[in-house]
Amino acid sequence: MSTESHLRLVWVYPDLLSTYGDRGNLLILEHRAALRGLPVECVEVRSDRPLPADGDIYLLGGGEDGPQSLAAQRLIADGGLHRAANRGAVVFAVCAGYQLLGRSFYAKGTQYSGLGLLDLHSDRGPSRAVGELAGDIDARLGLPPLTGFENHGGRTHLGPEAHPLARVTAGIGNDGTTEGAWRGRILGTYSHGPALARNPALADLLLQWAVGGALAPVDNTWPERLRKERLSAVTPS
Amino acid sequence: MTTKKLPLRAKLATSATRSAAALSRVTGRGDGSVIGGRIGLMIDPNLLSELAAGRHIVLISGTNGKTTTTRLTTAAMSVLGDVASNALGANMPTGHTSALAKAGPTPYAVLETDEHYLPQVLDATRPRVVALLNLSRDQLDRAKEVAMMAALWRETLASRDVQVVANADDPMVTWAAQAAEHVTWVAAGQRWHDDSWVCPECGSPIERIGEVWRCTGCALHRPVPEWTIQREGVVDPTGMYHEVKLQLPGRVNRANAATALAVAAHFGVRVADALPRLAEVKSVAGRYAMVERDGRLIRLLLAKNPAGWLEAFDMADDVPTLLSINARDPDGLDTSWLYDVDFSPLRGRRVLISGDRAMDLAVRLTVNGIPFEHVPSFRQAAAAVPPGRLEVIANYTAFQDIRAELDRVN
Ligand SMILES: [Zn+2]
Repeated sequence: MSTESHLRLVWVYPDLLSTYGDRGNLLILEHRAALRGLPVECVEVRSDRPLPADGDIYLLGGGEDGPQSLAAQRLIADGGLHRAANRGAVVFAVCAGYQLLGRSFYAKGTQYSGLGLLDLHSDRGPSRAVGELAGDIDARLGLPPLTGFENHGGRTHLGPEAHPLARVTAGIGNDGTTEGAWRGRILGTYSHGPALARNPALADLLLQWAVGGALAPVDNTWPERLRKERLSAVTPS
Repeated sequence: MTTKKLPLRAKLATSATRSAAALSRVTGRGDGSVIGGRIGLMIDPNLLSELAAGRHIVLISGTNGKTTTTRLTTAAMSVLGDVASNALGANMPTGHTSALAKAGPTPYAVLETDEHYLPQVLDATRPRVVALLNLSRDQLDRAKEVAMMAALWRETLASRDVQVVANADDPMVTWAAQAAEHVTWVAAGQRWHDDSWVCPECGSPIERIGEVWRCTGCALHRPVPEWTIQREGVVDPTGMYHEVKLQLPGRVNRANAATALAVAAHFGVRVADALPRLAEVKSVAGRYAMVERDGRLIRLLLAKNPAGWLEAFDMADDVPTLLSINARDPDGLDTSWLYDVDFSPLRGRRVLISGDRAMDLAVRLTVNGIPFEHVPSFRQAAAAVPPGRLEVIANYTAFQDIRAELDRVN
């Protein structure tokens, strides 16, 4: 945690990378930190401002093609996210934000350089992936199955230095087989929008990484009921 | 226009449209406006053009407020004579065909038009006026993204000679409408800003100071509106203030009324003549009407997307409130938008939740710090609250389900 003992949550470029309820992940982290009595500071950084280097968790959301390529260019020029990642800050990215953490991605038919924070590249798929997404998460992370909703036209190919976040059990994810990627404290997923609403244990993992210790348990009645409903909707009975 | 002038095939198709619609109604399969039009267009693919020919047509489009503005515009235009309209919200060409066939020959028609279908319907009906209300995120798992929709409108309007009435407070609508040669600007407001922070022309940030907005990178800016909302009324292009008394709640409906008045003015309707007609509208396809059941006074508000929810909170009274959410095909399958809505205005009210996707709403309200009770059905929600007012805010199919339980109130 940063020196002021506030957990700093940084929402990167809400003016460019915000569609589909992306604010949800910020709100959920803030809520679950508050339940543990952790003081939180939420910082929304527009794309014309420098990115603070002292954040604890950086959040990147989804975006349309134009804003996505613009966000990547500005993040590369700014360098703040690289500096934060290098000193061990947590980065959580969804959809377009996830793609731009890789080495390259396609937007409006053109290949753009990504930030290279994850060893992966993205291209266009044969069709748009829209619908429920579920998968068994990498056992090293110690999390229950992933559940989400995906809506993307890209496909993502992982290099040797990126671990798949999950093995797909429903939906497409990266390529129909794996979904998302992680390395160190950088984690990306195609589970779009408020991905953490259905994955409270993943939200807690990000918080644990940031605070460097275990968190007290909290009441998960409603998130668990939501998870059960969504996972059973994609599991053939 | 008279039915006699219709070619034989069109006459046959018109009559098939009407009888199929009637059959669909008596068999209880629906209001018939889609199936009738579909059959008519199968017999005669040009039927919509033929039915539109000779009428003065108005198209109303936008993400929110289409059905209400269509109803208000129809009311304003009725000063001049009979007006055909797809009042029930079937807003694609099948619905338009059915509405015009059913109405018979009328000098005027006001047609609510789905945003995606605007180019086709413009070509088929050759309207005198097109009103553009707003553009925001809506059913994103399948709808066009906002910038793409604005680009489609812009391209459509650049190549057609039509009078446009457009919302000067919405940058996306403004950019699209500016392509047209003749535009009347209405300051219809924009409570929801999150889809217009980036300029559709050049990609630079859009800056807002009060109601004025401008692009920081190019010349796109808020046009000077000819119609504005002031206090409880509207100011017309001559600068005259008119008090607007509506039975429909909220500022957004005053704005919809301003758009209706601006449209009708293009046909020579005077504001003073239109206002009493607007005041008669008390319900729009089940929305806004107060229904009494077992001592509960229940009002239904429809909210289909984040911008619509913000408007609904503005309209809703401070009373026990049921929120009901589905994610069936017509709603869009994705519930992520729940996190684009700040439910704080409901804090302090008794909140009940229901619908297919009540669990998504439960998690959202928990994160928002709003206490709630989960009820399995509308009936149980009504039973759970004491006699008195109950406000219901629901998205599309949840709204229709509740409306059916209330015996299809109008
Ligand atoms: Zn611009």
